[in-house]
Amino acid sequence: MKPVTGIIDRSQEPMHVAVCVKQIPDPAMPGELDPGTNTLKREGKLILDESDSYGVEMALQLVDKAGSGEVTLVSMAPNNEVSGLRTALAMGAAKAVLVSDPALAGSDALSTAKVLAKAIERAGDVDLVLTATESTDGYTGTVPAQIAELLGWPSLTFAKHVDIADGKVTIQRQTEAGYDVVSASLPAVVSVTAGVVEPRYPSFKGIMAAKNKPVDQCTASDLGLGADQVGWAGARQTIVSVGAAPAREAGEKVEDDGSAHERVVQFLEQLKVI
Amino acid sequence: MRVWVYAEAEGDKPATSTLELLTKAREIADTVEAVYVGPNAEALAGPLGEYGATTVHAVDNGDTLAGVVGAAALASLVASGAPDLILFAQTYDGRDALARLSVKLDRPVLTNGLGLTVDGDKVRVGTAIFGGNTLIETEFEGEKPYLVAIRPKSFAAESGGGGAATVAAIGDVDAGRAAEAKVSERHVEEREGPKLEDATVVVSGGRGIGGAENYEPLVEQLAKLLGGASGASRAIVDAGWVPYSKQVGQTGKTVKPKVYIALGISGATQHLVGMKGSDNIIAVNKDGEAPIFGIADLGVVGDVHKVVPKLIETLKARH
Ligand SMILES: Cc1cc2nc3c(=O)[nH]c(=O)nc-3n(C[C@H](O)[C@H](O)[C@H](O)COP(=O)(O)OP(=O)(O)OC[C@H]3O[C@@H](n4cnc5c(N)ncnc54)[C@H](O)[C@@H]3O)c2cc1C
Ligand SMILES: Nc1ncnc2c1ncn2[C@@H]1O[C@H](COP(=O)(O)O)[C@@H](O)[C@H]1O
Repeated sequence: MKPVTGIIDRSQEPMHVAVCVKQIPDPAMPGELDPGTNTLKREGKLILDESDSYGVEMALQLVDKAGSGEVTLVSMAPNNEVSGLRTALAMGAAKAVLVSDPALAGSDALSTAKVLAKAIERAGDVDLVLTATESTDGYTGTVPAQIAELLGWPSLTFAKHVDIADGKVTIQRQTEAGYDVVSASLPAVVSVTAGVVEPRYPSFKGIMAAKNKPVDQCTASDLGLGADQVGWAGARQTIVSVGAAPAREAGEKVEDDGSAHERVVQFLEQLKVI
Repeated sequence: MRVWVYAEAEGDKPATSTLELLTKAREIADTVEAVYVGPNAEALAGPLGEYGATTVHAVDNGDTLAGVVGAAALASLVASGAPDLILFAQTYDGRDALARLSVKLDRPVLTNGLGLTVDGDKVRVGTAIFGGNTLIETEFEGEKPYLVAIRPKSFAAESGGGGAATVAAIGDVDAGRAAEAKVSERHVEEREGPKLEDATVVVSGGRGIGGAENYEPLVEQLAKLLGGASGASRAIVDAGWVPYSKQVGQTGKTVKPKVYIALGISGATQHLVGMKGSDNIIAVNKDGEAPIFGIADLGVVGDVHKVVPKLIETLKARH
């Protein structure tokens, strides 16, 4: 496990970190569109989006460093799905808020952010919200900053390193050219990139304990969200066509017998790049 | 149709992705304007105008995150400017600006766009799903402006021959607590040769190169000899062998060079989606069944440690 570097300050107040975790169909399985609605099918068992395991690990390390506090998971998923939440609870999160409601089917990024922002408020006094930079199945990549705007908080996006000290969060933010050091006071939303920390594997003890950890299940109306703000109505978009992408044909294939590099040179010559 | 482009800069020039968006905007719009957050707006007015913007609304964000100021600036302009469509590049700052603006205006977003069509009043965005195997088109409903993020390299950048854009200063922008996020240092990674996205030749390495220490002698050397740029699969970025800026694929960069050379890369759909628009693809992989061979114009079934050093020697001998 990569430790979070920086000055260890155990005199801080308890830290409450909320982590948004998405529960998704196993990405190893071939995806399918629902022919009726043209949206991704999200039936069957869902699992913890691996991209969010980094946020969970980061949250656990930050709370550990603060000396006290806890990690609350926040998730929106169909059919009261908890499998992915149990995985993250087994890693060490204390509890979860799960929003599940048929009225949320078809929710786009903005509606999702509205739901998650309300769920974060429901989780109590939160110092920090962690998310991934983008989900594996939807990869809109806008939900984290949308949540921050809804809460009226700063957002520090694309973090590849996170430090907390004196009520301030400082990150290394990925840029086109390298990275920037960005800070803001708490509470804030931080989106973390894959690889920011090494997620732990749940221990057997952790898995057993996870079964009894509290999951606060609620609906859109429990959060005060009307049916016109979320789900199909909130999305304000329709898929009008679905088609196969033009396929690319395989070309020549050679086994290397010690001279394949010559064929590569020839090919590059033909293309006039050398 | 009135289209606005959220403009970004690289140094004192507009980013290529901004010029791509302006080129597309010119094709679909009657009026094209740019909104730029950052220093040196005057220096950008020339090229932004040349590619199609008549006006560039500009504000300097100082050390505040650009996307945060961008969203607040756009929100303040929308009421009077009444754009139908606002285009963002799918970049770090572009996504921040788009996300926050969508909340301020309460409008949905469509992201990861690869195509854009306008039919009368209707705006459709083309995206790829299932690792690029399926293309879908999504149409906006509801009130304008429509907000769209387009992946860089989706459109060509072509000059429209226009004169410099008029610079219109945006007054004070209030982004609230969001503006507390301040940049204190900027680290620029050293780069030799062309940019990954602009290079004619891209040589990428994957887990099959065996270790971080092999990236320079195999991947970078070959890229250098071909006047190209070096890239990577996510596997070796996550492993910490090379920085994220080199990642090609769904969560990295899209490249469309004349020649793409994949060394020790299996060819997962998430990698392919970032490079299968290349004119020519060469792959070296020791597993003859690797999916990368399904799209390679020239596939070499062999060991990168044998093939690549010989290739490098031969190319060096020709120099
Ligand atoms: C949401 C999501 C987003 C993703 N985004 C991206 C992305 O943007 N870009 C990306 O690249 N991946 C992405 N991935 C990961 C992707 O699915 C693959 O895991 C990754 O591309 C594999 O990298 P690789 O080909 O280097 O490694 P591997 O799949 O491990 O392949 C290594 C290859 O090297 C070959 N090899 C081994 N030794 C040698 C040798 N000596 N000589 C020659 N060949 C050898 C092997 O036969 C094998 O084919 C994403 C995954 C997810 C879930
Ligand atoms: N339904 C959800 N439940 C919990 N977190 C989510 C959900 N959707 C998105 N997120 C979070 O927001 C991040 C970005 O999502 P997206 O904008 O869809 O790519 C994800 O990686 C999650 O951390």
